[in-house]
Amino acid sequence: MSALPRAHELGLIGCHVCGQVCRDTQIEDAACPRCGSSLHRRKPYSCVRTWALLIAAFIFYIPANVLPIMRTASLGDVDDNTILSGVIELWVKGSPDLAVIVFTASIVVPMMKFLVISTLLLSALRGTNWARRQRSMLYRLVEFIGYWSMLDVFVVALLTALVQFGFFSQVEPLPGVVYFGLTVILTMLASQSFDPRLIWDCKEDDD
Amino acid sequence: MTENQSSLGGGLPEPVVRRKRVNAAWIWLVPVVAALIGLSLVISAWRERGPTISISFETAQGLESGKTVVKYKDVVIGKVTGIRLSEDHSKVIVKVGLEKSASGIAVSDSRFWVVRPRIGLGGVSGIDTLLSGSFIGVDVGKSQQTQNDFVGLENPPSVLHDSRGKSFTLHAGDLGSLDIGSPVFYRRLQVGRVASYKLDDDGKGVTMQIFVDSPYDSFVTNESRFWNASGVDVSISADGLKLNTQSLATVLAGGVAFNDAPGPHPTEKPVPENTSFTLFDTQSNAMAPPDGEPRYIVMRFDQPVRGLAVDSPVEFRGINFGHVVSIRMDYDEKTSKFPIYVGALIYPERLGRANAKLAEIARSKGDEDMSKVVTSLVAQGLRAQAKVGNLLTGQLFISLDIEPKAPKAVDYDPNARPLQIPTIPGSFDKLQEQMAEIVDKINKIPFDAIGNNLNHTLADLDGTIKQLNGDVLPAFKTTLNGANQTLGTANNALAADSPLQQSLSGTLQELQRMARSLRTLTDYLNAQPSALIRGRAKDAPPPENNGSSTAQPQQGSKP
Repeated sequence: MSALPRAHELGLIGCHVCGQVCRDTQIEDAACPRCGSSLHRRKPYSCVRTWALLIAAFIFYIPANVLPIMRTASLGDVDDNTILSGVIELWVKGSPDLAVIVFTASIVVPMMKFLVISTLLLSALRGTNWARRQRSMLYRLVEFIGYWSMLDVFVVALLTALVQFGFFSQVEPLPGVVYFGLTVILTMLASQSFDPRLIWDCKEDDD
Repeated sequence: MTENQSSLGGGLPEPVVRRKRVNAAWIWLVPVVAALIGLSLVISAWRERGPTISISFETAQGLESGKTVVKYKDVVIGKVTGIRLSEDHSKVIVKVGLEKSASGIAVSDSRFWVVRPRIGLGGVSGIDTLLSGSFIGVDVGKSQQTQNDFVGLENPPSVLHDSRGKSFTLHAGDLGSLDIGSPVFYRRLQVGRVASYKLDDDGKGVTMQIFVDSPYDSFVTNESRFWNASGVDVSISADGLKLNTQSLATVLAGGVAFNDAPGPHPTEKPVPENTSFTLFDTQSNAMAPPDGEPRYIVMRFDQPVRGLAVDSPVEFRGINFGHVVSIRMDYDEKTSKFPIYVGALIYPERLGRANAKLAEIARSKGDEDMSKVVTSLVAQGLRAQAKVGNLLTGQLFISLDIEPKAPKAVDYDPNARPLQIPTIPGSFDKLQEQMAEIVDKINKIPFDAIGNNLNHTLADLDGTIKQLNGDVLPAFKTTLNGANQTLGTANNALAADSPLQQSLSGTLQELQRMARSLRTLTDYLNAQPSALIRGRAKDAPPPENNGSSTAQPQQGSKP
């Protein structure tokens, strides 16, 4: 008990929205008396919700990669592309820089998010105090790049809207892009539903 | 804990009670829904997945894994999923994933080929693949037996399984300029095409399959004749120069035409599928009566046969029924002669009903190869002759005919094979012989002696005529004068005013009167026969001039 006392040790609870500090009366469905938003010491069922959303996101990630996301037709030459085949085609056809960007945005980032959130969840579940600062940094990173994960979806949407030259050139979206979008949305929701304070909820014996 | 709570939270507000929060377990619905969607995708993909087949091609030109599609009736029914070389590197194995709806096309008689742009004399096809890339075309078979390994065609099949019509077999000596896809014409209308061809097993001909589209297939009958319509037919006749072609494309690319043989066809009817026909070289050959099986005969000529050549016609009573195929010389030791053996192929069926009847007679006698019939014909005088066909060129042809006056054939052997038909000297030779005989006889006439005799006779005649003039003619003149005088006297006696004439006339009148009175007497006696005794009755009326009319019935009734 060398460190500062924790809020629950002092019987206090803080509002996540307005910052109002209340007495913890241990009631089930408490709300902030000032702003009315729900009060909880930690996000309720944070791990369960995150797990559920993460699993759902991972399930959608499979069809997002297997199914083609975009059909390009130019001069009667119809080409269906999945994410990976698009990357390969870009690389083969002499745009390795673009290929790297697309690969990073569409493959590396979602995979990284799955890994990071799973790691955070597992470590929070075990209550270990291993590399807590680094884990917090990881969490902030995931939160930050979440905005940019929709790159592929944006590309398809833009191309579909812009490239409509009939027989000469045409781009149309295919179902894969919907699953990719769902994956991105669900990973963002999962990272949001994770309570980063769980990282610090551990025994501080060896701190 | 409780102490801390009371000590620290004394001045702080207490949270208010909010409405009950939703149970957090509902969040598991999200992955469940995701799993269901994923599962449905898997299931639908699994359900839609048809069989995977492999097709072998000579080359994978234009094929691309994951991109080249398989199309049937221009509908995509599958996609190439992999291309690899065969074990012995001689072929390309193309793996094709078919859609579930198209699983029925993977049957044993389905055919696959790569649709590429093709430009030939027959036309242009597959132009659309220039831009879109090649695709694999399918002709779905009718078999029920499923199959997964196919051998792809290098050229599109000219006849698809679902095209309606019939295929027929044609036999020809050679292929000519025909090819797969060459048109088939009926009355210069394209009604079909050549589907395939192959060399006969014995290598002595070509067998081809043609396909005639419905409804024209019903025009192929048992009387149909097929001929090779390739090229240009030029004929010069009394009508002038005739140029005959089917179409310009045929001239370049070849084609087959068919039509009914000329003449009435009482038994004409459409033939079933795969009936065999002969493909003739020209239309005129095709329209000639069928030749049937040829037979080989040999003739021995002791005369020179100058003007006889291979392919010279062989005629029977003026009907061309064969041609010469060989002319060979031999040496006869016994007679020290050089006979010439002429071999000929004859087509007895060209003789029409005569041949049919003879064949029937032969069959009824158990004479399979008709040698006995020929023997009896030879006995009746069947002889071959080399005759002059053209007086200008001296070309000969073989003429077979029944010559009843022909000398008996001495060297005829009915068991010889090939049959040797006895010959008689040709008409020209005979004519020459007879002319020579006549000239000989004329030579033998003693014209000198005849002339001398004639001279003597004429001298005698001259003497006789001289004697006639000197002695006979003056006496003759006196006689004539005497006769003239006699005739003048007779003339005077017969003149109209001569006394002889007048007395003759008076005598004749008297005689007339006498006859009249005699008739009156007889008439009266007829009416009154008693008057002969009693004399003339007083009250009897005088007989009338026309009393004969009344007297006649009395006369008639008298007997």
